[in-house]
Amino acid sequence: MLLLIPLLPFLGFLANAGFGRRVAKSVSGGVACLAMLASFAVSAVSVWRLTALPALPPGARVVDQHVFDWISSGEFHASFSLRLDPLSAVMILVVTGIGSLIHIYSTAYMHGERDAEYARYFSYLNLFASFMLVLVLGSNFLVMFVGWEGVGLCSYLLIGFWYVKRSASDAGKKAFIVNRVGDFGFILGVLLVYGRFGTVDFQAVARAASQVAPETAFGTLSVMTLLLFVGATGKSAQIPLHVWLPDAMEGPTPVSALIHAATMVTAGVYMIGRNAVLFSHAPETLSLVAGVGAVTAFLAGTVGLVQNDIKRVLAYSTVSQLGFMFLAMGVGAYAAGILHLYTHAFFKALLFLGSGAVIHALAGEQDLRRMGGLRKELPVTYWTFVIGAVAIAGVPGLAGFFSKDEILYRTYAGGHTFLWALGLATSLLTAIYMFRLVFLAFHGERAQAEPDSRASGLRSPELATSDGVARQSGEAAEAASPESPATVHRHVHDAPPAMALALIVLAFGSVVAGYAGLPHALGGSNPWERFLAPSFEEAQLQPDAGTGEAAGGSERGELALMAVSSVVAFTGIAVAAVCFLKRRDLARAVAERFPGVRAMLLNKYYVDEIYDAAIVQPIRLVSEHGLWRVVDARGIDGAVNGVGDSVWGSSAILRRAQTGSVRAYAASFFLGVVLIVGYYLW
Amino acid sequence: MPTLTDYLVLSALLFSIGATGVFVRRNLITILLSIEIMLNAVNLTFVAFGRALGEVDGQIIVFFVITVAAAEAAVGLAIVIALFRHRESLNPDSFTMLKW
Repeated sequence: MLLLIPLLPFLGFLANAGFGRRVAKSVSGGVACLAMLASFAVSAVSVWRLTALPALPPGARVVDQHVFDWISSGEFHASFSLRLDPLSAVMILVVTGIGSLIHIYSTAYMHGERDAEYARYFSYLNLFASFMLVLVLGSNFLVMFVGWEGVGLCSYLLIGFWYVKRSASDAGKKAFIVNRVGDFGFILGVLLVYGRFGTVDFQAVARAASQVAPETAFGTLSVMTLLLFVGATGKSAQIPLHVWLPDAMEGPTPVSALIHAATMVTAGVYMIGRNAVLFSHAPETLSLVAGVGAVTAFLAGTVGLVQNDIKRVLAYSTVSQLGFMFLAMGVGAYAAGILHLYTHAFFKALLFLGSGAVIHALAGEQDLRRMGGLRKELPVTYWTFVIGAVAIAGVPGLAGFFSKDEILYRTYAGGHTFLWALGLATSLLTAIYMFRLVFLAFHGERAQAEPDSRASGLRSPELATSDGVARQSGEAAEAASPESPATVHRHVHDAPPAMALALIVLAFGSVVAGYAGLPHALGGSNPWERFLAPSFEEAQLQPDAGTGEAAGGSERGELALMAVSSVVAFTGIAVAAVCFLKRRDLARAVAERFPGVRAMLLNKYYVDEIYDAAIVQPIRLVSEHGLWRVVDARGIDGAVNGVGDSVWGSSAILRRAQTGSVRAYAASFFLGVVLIVGYYLW
Repeated sequence: MPTLTDYLVLSALLFSIGATGVFVRRNLITILLSIEIMLNAVNLTFVAFGRALGEVDGQIIVFFVITVAAAEAAVGLAIVIALFRHRESLNPDSFTMLKW
């Protein structure tokens, strides 16, 4: 039964990869959507059956399926087996549910592609879903790793989907290479897990880890979890491996929504949640996870403030929200982190799909400065986008509020005041940049871009000031458009039915998803935490001595914190409204006041430049002047040529013995006979 | 009555004369003649040993050698004629083309 969940999308992939180019778009798209919807149905049934199992004793609410023995060598055994527990239940519902919506959305969004390209797109998308489901259902590290690498591959394929465009294929390679750095850490971590515990099965590792005392100093468990976390930073785009995600926006927008916002990038968070026991026994790593998460959340939020490409803003927002999830994981609030993963999947997918609808309507335009006033022309997109923005900003009553607040509360309650402050500041930034996006894109006047102004190189003065970034995003916008840029703004039309359907369902989800985690303080019972408890209970080391004592006191504290973050959210929206709706000159004045800060943010803290200078250029230099010119040209080629030359040289001497004079040959022949006979006679 | 040793010494002398002729003479026909002398020196050794041991094997081998020598002379002289036609010379030092 469980096997069907990843198998159905995989069959869809095979069908589309094999026959997709010969059939019409409606067939290939239909097959892909059907495969996803069927997988969603199977997932829903599986989860429903799972909930029917008794919650107690611990570990009872688990469905295992052994598919086949994979590796069996000496002491080492790994089977290809799938396991459904509350944590993976959440993940498969998110992946198949949101995945189905995005498949449906894509049927309309990608309709401009040729039949073969269209089928290729859907085959990749199905393959991705299949690998992602293997990742979350795998019952041991190796099966997870299969999915882990598989989604990386599909991410690469889909980022570089428009591979004839240089920037897209570069972005794909960048994503793949940066991910490899993380994957290397992940592999080392898995090896260390096996070396220490002798097994790679998650349950067995968790059971073994719960037997040892938490490490007080930096020991094996810390190294192990740190290496796994390196893998998570690569996959989930955390500092310092976050650089690939903004570039990944070169891919088609539904791909950004599915892979680079809702599902794949959360794999790192899921992996930490899956190994919560292991991580909670390494407090050193946990505090690092929390720190990295909070810092990433904050820095990515600041960069998001100034980006002009609508998708890049959302990309940095994703990095920032992933930071929130890691913060939750780091302070031990695993359920809260997964709750944020789940709500974020809704509203971030919604925002991406909304931005996709905008881009689609404007025939490939991605630059915020050339948008504006779309509110009336795209009502469906506008309203769903606003719901998404309100949800992510953390306005009370919508999904983002509950999850983000839970994380902030748990951070504060855990005594990490500085991280809490950082998180709160990030909330403010989130509200500001999201509503900057809304106001710039949907309100105000459309910046009238003449179709030929770009061709003749004429730019408004503001565009010219931030030349580097403007050129970059301008290029991206131009090339991203499957249609010709000449049609920009010619016919603005709202989302077609398939896209509108996905937007509306996701908007609905963005409103209600958070109520699964309604906290006690608001009169809820937090069913979310109870549902996930079996997956995390062994990880709760301190048997929540705090909750009893805090039951009365902290509920008031939680309410107070909620009030604070609500105020912060509204403040952010208000700031955005003032700066980007009422008085746009104010924002420009602030920007001109601090040109250094602005340049730093526009250039994303120069991280790409630093990597280029610190890693890429030295490698190029060593490769070119060391490895190529010296080792290869002189060493390897030298050895080969040297053998030839030495044979040539020695034979030049030896061949003088071959005179061609028959008498000389006869003499040497005679001499040889005399010598040999003489030797034997004496 | 000459002893076996006398025959062997004579044979060695003849062989040395023949060998010296092969190495030092600069006429292909003379070289062929010198080779004949060397062959006959060997023949002499064979018959001398045959007689000393009272067996006919030595004489039988000599017949074979004479036969082969006749064939060799025929082929050798034919080659010499061909070479002479080629170069108008019988000096072996004129024929050193066959090398690298």
